[in-house]
Amino acid sequence: MQRIGVFVCWCGSNIAATVDVQKVAETLAKEPGVVHSMNYQYMCSQAGQELIKEAIKKHKLTGIVVCSCSPRMHEATFRKTAAAAGLNPYMVEIANIREQCSWIHKDITEATEKAIVLGRTAIAKVALNAPLVPGESPVTKRALVIGGGIAGIQTALDIADAGFEVDIVEKKPTIGGKMAQIDKTFPTLDCAACILTPKMVDVAQNEKIRIFSYSEVEEVKGFVGNFNVKIKKKARYVKEDVCTGCGLCTEKCPQKKVPNDFNLGMDTKRAIYIPFAQAVPKVATIDADYCTMLKTGKCGVCSKVCTAKAIDYTQKDEFVEEKYGAIVVATGFNPISMDKFDEYAYSQSKDVITSLEFERLMNAAGPTAGKLLRPSDGKHPHTLVFVQCVGSRCDSCAEKGKEYCSKICCMYTAKHAMLTRDKYPDTDVYVFYIDVRTPGKNFDEFYRRAVEDYGVHYIKGMVGKVSPEGDKLVVQGSDLIANKQIKIDADLVVLAAAIEPDKSARPLATMLTASMDTNDFFTEAHPKLRPVESPTAGVFLSGCCQGPRDIPETVAMAGAAAAKVIGLLAKDKLTGNPCVAHSDEMMCNGCSSCERVCPYGAITYSDKEFRGPNRTTLIRRVASVNQAICQGCGACTVACPSGAMDLKGFANKQIMAEVDAICK
Amino acid sequence: MQKITRDVLIEKAVSLLSDGTVSRVLGYKKGDLSYDITPALFTSKEQLEKEFVFNDFCAANFAKYLVKETKNQTEGKVLVFLKPCDTYSFNQLLTEHRFDREKVYAVGISCDGMIDINKIKAIVGDGIISVETDEKIKVNTLYDGVKELDKNDVLLERCANCKSKKHVAYDELLGEDGEVLDSNRFDQVAELEKMSADERFAFWQNELSRCIRCNACRDACPACTCEKCVFDNPNSGVENKSPANSFEEQMFHIIRAFHVAGRCTDCGECSRVCPQHIPLHLLNRKFIKDINEFYGDYQAGAIVGSRAPLVNYTKEDIEPIDAVNKGDK
Amino acid sequence: MQVNEFKPKIVAFCCNWCSYAGADLAGSNRLSYPADVKIIRVPCSCRVNPMFILRAFQRGADGVILCGCHPGDCHYTSGNYFARRRMALLFSMLDYLGIEKERTRVEWVSAAEGAKFSTVMNDFVQTVTALGENKRLEDLRCKR
Repeated sequence: MQRIGVFVCWCGSNIAATVDVQKVAETLAKEPGVVHSMNYQYMCSQAGQELIKEAIKKHKLTGIVVCSCSPRMHEATFRKTAAAAGLNPYMVEIANIREQCSWIHKDITEATEKAIVLGRTAIAKVALNAPLVPGESPVTKRALVIGGGIAGIQTALDIADAGFEVDIVEKKPTIGGKMAQIDKTFPTLDCAACILTPKMVDVAQNEKIRIFSYSEVEEVKGFVGNFNVKIKKKARYVKEDVCTGCGLCTEKCPQKKVPNDFNLGMDTKRAIYIPFAQAVPKVATIDADYCTMLKTGKCGVCSKVCTAKAIDYTQKDEFVEEKYGAIVVATGFNPISMDKFDEYAYSQSKDVITSLEFERLMNAAGPTAGKLLRPSDGKHPHTLVFVQCVGSRCDSCAEKGKEYCSKICCMYTAKHAMLTRDKYPDTDVYVFYIDVRTPGKNFDEFYRRAVEDYGVHYIKGMVGKVSPEGDKLVVQGSDLIANKQIKIDADLVVLAAAIEPDKSARPLATMLTASMDTNDFFTEAHPKLRPVESPTAGVFLSGCCQGPRDIPETVAMAGAAAAKVIGLLAKDKLTGNPCVAHSDEMMCNGCSSCERVCPYGAITYSDKEFRGPNRTTLIRRVASVNQAICQGCGACTVACPSGAMDLKGFANKQIMAEVDAICK
Repeated sequence: MQKITRDVLIEKAVSLLSDGTVSRVLGYKKGDLSYDITPALFTSKEQLEKEFVFNDFCAANFAKYLVKETKNQTEGKVLVFLKPCDTYSFNQLLTEHRFDREKVYAVGISCDGMIDINKIKAIVGDGIISVETDEKIKVNTLYDGVKELDKNDVLLERCANCKSKKHVAYDELLGEDGEVLDSNRFDQVAELEKMSADERFAFWQNELSRCIRCNACRDACPACTCEKCVFDNPNSGVENKSPANSFEEQMFHIIRAFHVAGRCTDCGECSRVCPQHIPLHLLNRKFIKDINEFYGDYQAGAIVGSRAPLVNYTKEDIEPIDAVNKGDK
Repeated sequence: MQVNEFKPKIVAFCCNWCSYAGADLAGSNRLSYPADVKIIRVPCSCRVNPMFILRAFQRGADGVILCGCHPGDCHYTSGNYFARRRMALLFSMLDYLGIEKERTRVEWVSAAEGAKFSTVMNDFVQTVTALGENKRLEDLRCKR
């Protein structure tokens, strides 16, 4: 039999004004199992807590009920109090007689009666409580970062800086991501490569960091602190540890007509290539779709010219399995496809380009060596039109665009316009916009400089149609401020395409059992308080995989995610929530119903031997719950037909007892 | 079409026993009365020839027996004869990992319906000495001599509304495989749904108040294979042995039906074995009908490994309020 | 007259993350609802076994309401979707057995919807009061 103590709190007058606390304490004292019952002004105060501790010791209490404010407020407080007095903290139940009683009722008789029922309900529950001890699981002190853009790079550097090992998995042959393709960064106009490539070198030289380039995550098993990840290293047909990155092969390869994806297909590369000069790792990769040797077995030029003997045409995809304690998703973004936006003539004219393509056109290492030339005829454009929100903030065109704001376009368009006017003062630059959104440090000043100092023509209104006529692009749009239709004969049209999460994110989310929103952005554990954590324990979010953001925000988020990872890896053991499901093997049918409703994959099955009648042995399939993964939702307890699955702290019997107490 | 007879089944069983394919045979043997048939385990040719019975009263669904039969460490496989409806239960149990498929040799047998002794009694009255089930049903009675009945008039309810003549699982088939049928099995549920709440309450009170809590429905049900039933488990909070009043009859039957919802193949064993003739299948069919209407057609046991509707969801599922108001016009 | 007024017994199951917090918010904002409503805190709406609901009726509850996070907002991502299916089937079955369907309800109440919590409870109590005592599912032995 439990020895239960009841502590009724006045909460000053918050409770005592509408609930007769004296009567509640006296009535509850008569409940079976209750050996001590008292009331006090502020149970949560130091003095109140001391009273509880004293009572626990004096009356040898095995369980306590505190009739007070919501358990969401002070359950943790009273659990600590109990623990300090040597009582298991899970032998504490709270009867919520403030938020759910005194604050909503005016009649003192009614409120007192209800408080008594709520107290009795908590007593009925605590009588069936059992001491719970949180489970512990070890932590593998190594992190995995998926994606090697600026988000992944910064996260990895910060984690490594704290002394933990980090692996980066990057699907492209080099790390660097989108930032490596960008020319200049807003609002300072410093060159992206100048600030990114030193970080890439830091990554390469950091002893704690390993880079799996040209690799993808194939399978994720395990749980927080103990992930097992299978990584596919795609065959690059070049021995990574032998190649010196001299680049001779990339000059001698006879296959010259390979679209260069680093320059967004605006020029060509060879079938064996190094994406760009500062690539990390600086290792050549053969594009198997174009390599004559791999396709027909006839060529082998690269192999012949390679003095390091790094070429290996027989290389196969390789699989590595690694253990990690934490996983950071940094899969980034892509501009959406412009194929469906026929009104802007993107597929009809080479001179209608996206902003990312414009970055490459302006970049000294780009297809035009930094000279702004029209892709169609290589001529210098004089009139440029930038169109904002192409596919962003698109409620009516959800089938081709996105409903959300892509956030970065206003600023990079201002940057593009400014850079154009700066380099080529002979140009006319127009920007069509819905609103200009510049919430960031020095952002609005930057935009105003574009308008005021550089004479960029900002037109509030959208472009209705772009039609190629001769060597011009006729841009028809509306000017909402002047309230008129306008027509511009442009030489180059630049579309600020909406950004979307990388396509690899969705299958990855499935592997990680991490949730996503309808736009395929990863969901955070809490939109305000836990923005860099996924709801799946041990999975963290960095950069644009969670939502559109610019470089400074990405770097900040990367640092935040790293801090969370470091906090996790610094622990030797993880203490779980003890209110988890558990299966009674004697009753389990092994039917898999529980496994199918578990959102966390916490349930596994094994064949176990049981004693049958007449000393026989029976083998049965039974479920077991991994306490480190289980979050305690209880879905399995209802799915289980036999009732073998129950939830600690919210057991069937306890809830039934509460029901009975209320209905008494 | 090969007629499934006692001799055909014995021949098959003997050959499988003698070539070592199986070590034992699940079959039927005679009970106290001629229409009273008991499932039994056979291990030899002699035993089979002496005791094996097969006639139109052999309705018992054998799928459930495999749970126990494959769990012990007996050498060799067990031979089981499966009617089309039994194969659905067979698959459903496989989906739930309830027996070891490797230890079973399943022979599908075609079926043209089993008969209901209660319907015969209702027609001929008491004093049945024996019933012969050939082309015609011949009832030998104490008072009126031999009476001939048309089989269609005395089919079990589940056979009169047979949902499928197709075998969805077997190692070997005797006779021909049939098709999934368009049955009228939900008609009676729909009729009840059309009644007022008071009429429905009166209907069910009348039916369920006859319950004697013998647990036959549970014990015969091939979905009720729990190691320990919630009604026997003192920790479940609903443990009880006998009905004390109308509430517990309802409570027992609601929980029983809910526990098999989405897993019930509508094999009809519950109603067949009920000594009080309570139409329990109307509870199960209500769930099946609702599931089909709310979440799309689903036949438990049609496909091994299919996800039962109650362990599944879509984001657009019907709200409970709309589910209960669906019938209201 | 006041003496004989029927006061229904209402059991409300609330998920810890949304609806229980919503009830707390109703309290913080002093948005009243009848004292007949007693709340049982569960981690998630998917923790509520149909047996709990039947048990409440057996013990004399006149109405049972289940509150959870809005579909799509479940703290455990999918719990309320399972609860929704279970309750749709259970409530439909109770209706089929002739038990007044107004006695059972599912409502999605977020942690921010204190006002909704109060409105829902007021409405539910009113509905159940109008129905009167639960006689069809009550175990009369439990009456003292």
